[in-house]
Amino acid sequence: MAERHITFRDAVLEALAEEMRADPAVVLIGEDIGAAGGVFLQTKGLFQEFGPQRVIDTPISESGIVGMAIGAAMTGLRPVVEIMFGDFITLAMDQLVNQAAKVRYMSGGAYTVPLVVRTAIGVGGNLGPQHSQSFHAWAAHVPGLKVVMPSCPADAKGLFKAAIRDDDPVVFFESRSSYNAVGAVPDGEHIVPLGRAAVRREGMDVTIIAVGAAVTTALQAADALEGEGISVEVVDVRSLVPLDAEAIVASVRKTSRALVLDHGHARFGVTGELAATIAEQAFDHLDAPVARLAAPDVPIPFGRSLEPLAQPGQEAIAAKLRALLSRCGCPRP
Amino acid sequence: MRPEQNSVEHRNSLTAELGLRLYGEMARIRAFEERVRQMSRAGLVPGLVHLYSGQEAVAVGVAAALSRDDTIASHHRGHGHCLARGGDPVRLFAEILGREAGYGLGRGGSMHIVDPATRNLGTNGIVGGGVPLATGAALTARNLRQAWAAVAFFGDGAMNQGVVFECLNMAALWKLPAIYVCENNHYGEFTRGDEVTAGTLSARAAAFGMPVIETDGMDVLAVLAAAREAVARARSGGGPTFLLCDTWRFSGHHAGDAQSYKDKAEAEAWAARDPIAALGRRLVADGLADGAALDTMRAEVEAGIAKAAEQARALPEPAPATLEQHLHG
Repeated sequence: MAERHITFRDAVLEALAEEMRADPAVVLIGEDIGAAGGVFLQTKGLFQEFGPQRVIDTPISESGIVGMAIGAAMTGLRPVVEIMFGDFITLAMDQLVNQAAKVRYMSGGAYTVPLVVRTAIGVGGNLGPQHSQSFHAWAAHVPGLKVVMPSCPADAKGLFKAAIRDDDPVVFFESRSSYNAVGAVPDGEHIVPLGRAAVRREGMDVTIIAVGAAVTTALQAADALEGEGISVEVVDVRSLVPLDAEAIVASVRKTSRALVLDHGHARFGVTGELAATIAEQAFDHLDAPVARLAAPDVPIPFGRSLEPLAQPGQEAIAAKLRALLSRCGCPRP
Repeated sequence: MRPEQNSVEHRNSLTAELGLRLYGEMARIRAFEERVRQMSRAGLVPGLVHLYSGQEAVAVGVAAALSRDDTIASHHRGHGHCLARGGDPVRLFAEILGREAGYGLGRGGSMHIVDPATRNLGTNGIVGGGVPLATGAALTARNLRQAWAAVAFFGDGAMNQGVVFECLNMAALWKLPAIYVCENNHYGEFTRGDEVTAGTLSARAAAFGMPVIETDGMDVLAVLAAAREAVARARSGGGPTFLLCDTWRFSGHHAGDAQSYKDKAEAEAWAARDPIAALGRRLVADGLADGAALDTMRAEVEAGIAKAAEQARALPEPAPATLEQHLHG
């Protein structure tokens, strides 16, 4: 199929515009998304095309807009709510956790909540401790929410369309650092089903299991290590809930070594969950303990010298991989 | 904007048919709640239940102004709203008792009763939780050009939750067809509302430029008249209304609460204003019913509720194998 090279930002925009054209029930709700087109220009042009009733510019009331969107989703709309910075999702956690996540379960499926909450996360731009956090682990901890993290433009479009068409609440985490990344996106209808991981790079010696923007760093590190004769496989998790444990485990069984990589905080986070999954399902295939790299357990500092330390970079990844490979595997029957 | 006081107009148009219907509905809710209280005391009800006795005029008066397609969202003291909207008492009892045939398959309980058939977005365990849901239903009505109105029932306690004001703001701003029914029963859990609330509730709503109607929440006819006005405004594109109902919960916060914090004389004064008895007196005085007929009606309603409770008790609890069902589609 033919494809184009477009930015991550434009890929999501395309998904939104296509779904809004196809279904009048799809509405966009958020702060500064109207005439301004979003603070990251991620809704540019939609207000002009669809008007104020479907591209709804709201007051700065995260809890109210998410709660309202849940009620709208229960009664016939398919709202996409934009939370400007992922840090602000904390203001809407009651609505997500106590309302959205429980409606289907507590109604035995009589009501559903076809809602997407999209939000921009991650470090970069010196925005400081309240505008740089990555709380996807919080969302993934709550039974009833689906959690999606695209790493490239094609997935951003395909997963976003799948999320809008999904009848359950989906929290869609977009890394701010990815917005300008360019990648190939297939022409025409492009859907990526939720719950399937992707092998981004094949390798034999070790697997990096990475989430969201960390996939990009993982691929860069893998390319760099090729010169040292280390063959790295990279698995892009793509969706935390549902989690494609099978694909992750299959890769680890092949390489026998695993590094789990995430931009969220390390403690009680995504890397721990993925490491446990691997330990439970691929222990007998491991030649070394599962290694993990995540954001240090401190608030994200603002300044130029400290901010870059708040997420694992290429060098840290390379060092972890070398350490993993320095351990000898035991002979297996 | 000054709150309107409505008390006169509705008194002229009462018919026997309407009066008896409202009486029967309120009596049914009271009978239901008294049955829940008995079962709770007997240890048959898992967890906590919050009873609606005393506040029946609000649910019944508002429901009588609504059409089938109108949507409601309720609160933790919400059995009355479910019944007033046409909920099935057997399924309601079944949910409260944790039975699989309940509205939530026995997973939600008293505070999580949802029913698409009666367009009920649910009772809710979070104070103020129903307000955004109803506001969202009003947004759906606007966007899909539906004629329905959306009603949020909530208590005076919810008037100290920030999200409620976020929603009042947006509903007023966008003229959504929403009706905010604040049931001021003067207590948030175990604390008097005026001890934790500055200013007045009506002024808080009026600050959003929203029409406010203050009404006697112990008088079902007053509530009905006010609700009709609010519904008419919602349907004609006039936007939301804040309906403040002055009422009283006869029970404590939950069944079994000894209510040591309530003033006895005040509680007795409110008890004398029992909304069911008040409507009964009015019907008799107007020659629309006699006392014996009302007593018969109450006895019939109570028998029906008792039967529903027994039916629900006989139903099975959910099987362990259902634990993970209906989490995702």
